[in-house]
Amino acid sequence: MSSPTFVACLECDLLHRQTQLPSGGEARCTRCGALLYRHAPPDANERALALALTACILFVVANVYPIVGLEVQGTHTSSTLFGAVESLWDDEARTVAVLVFFTTIFVPAAELIGLTWVLVTLRQGARGRGAVAILHFIESVKPWGMVEVFLLGVLVSLVKLAHIAIVEPGVALFSFGALMAFIAAAAAAFDPDAAWKQLETIR
Amino acid sequence: MSKAPTAARSGLLACEVCRLVSHAPPPGSDAYCPRCGAMLHMRKPASLARTWAFLIAAIILYVPANTLPIMDTSSLFGTQSDTILSGVAFLWTSGSFVLASLVFFASVMVPLVKMIALAVLAGSVQMRSVAHPRTRTRLYRIIEFAGRWSMLDIYVVTILVALVQVSTFASIHAGPGAAAFGAVVVLTMFAAASFDPRLIWDIQEKES
Repeated sequence: MSSPTFVACLECDLLHRQTQLPSGGEARCTRCGALLYRHAPPDANERALALALTACILFVVANVYPIVGLEVQGTHTSSTLFGAVESLWDDEARTVAVLVFFTTIFVPAAELIGLTWVLVTLRQGARGRGAVAILHFIESVKPWGMVEVFLLGVLVSLVKLAHIAIVEPGVALFSFGALMAFIAAAAAAFDPDAAWKQLETIR
Repeated sequence: MSKAPTAARSGLLACEVCRLVSHAPPPGSDAYCPRCGAMLHMRKPASLARTWAFLIAAIILYVPANTLPIMDTSSLFGTQSDTILSGVAFLWTSGSFVLASLVFFASVMVPLVKMIALAVLAGSVQMRSVAHPRTRTRLYRIIEFAGRWSMLDIYVVTILVALVQVSTFASIHAGPGAAAFGAVVVLTMFAAASFDPRLIWDIQEKES
């Protein structure tokens, strides 16, 4: 029924025959230049799992500790990310609070936990409960995880606050920096094609 | 260029989730990917109508997003309302030129360019243009990637509200412009996701 040796460009629909790429290589559409697929080493999903697990730990650290502290005339204030969402909610800016919660907490967490779960169960050669649904979900929410934009936003607000008070970067700020790198690395290492093929054989 | 071997011409279609290429179903019937079970579409459904709908909503909200304050600061010296642009102006006059340019680019230029680009893309497909398909596809790729960076100002407001509200010397509150601005970003992201760049190439095939 299916022809797995073909790959269609998702941006211009041109059909290509899939070939073996050299290590680190990527295939681009000959007509529109869109990325078709990358070379994935055989242990790609092992690496992805290690990176995703690290990112999970960093995510916890980044959410438990305060992002920034502020000192004005001897009074010290600080806030965690969730604390910041809460103050927006209490400030009647509920739409914005939901948007921030969704893009910086919910989506990254769901993506990381989901990816880790799928990779762990695949590694054990089992079909994890809901693996297909989880991979579908990860694919659909991917554009909405915005940790890197959030980090830049924190840096901009630090500069703004530096004009009026003494600013102390918190533990979570550095954790968010590392989290951003590990999320990107895990996403780059993850080989969805191998995961789908494996899921197909388990079924 | 005329008889390009596209998936559609070969009676095949690619799953948008797992990318498996499979045989296209007879027209009018629903099909699901044999590998991952996702619903299959030849092209994104109602692509142009949805793109226009999200885009027009975004353009309308772009006005309050830029004219209403995104945050209000009250201190001993009185209250002050900041719009996106006055926030940029503040950074510029206080000497942070790099940061001012960054915020201006992310919050003003990116949404504006993105909306214009989407209108050009949807309009050119509607008018069956065959000009520069490769450039238009690249334009689509860029705006789809860059759109998320407009959320920058929303996060700046979030941090400022959280930190300055609790202290005594001043308090910062989110203004109505913030919600409008967030909505513009979300709507333009939906608009970009609804647009199907393959439509640009379909016209190419038919006209040649």
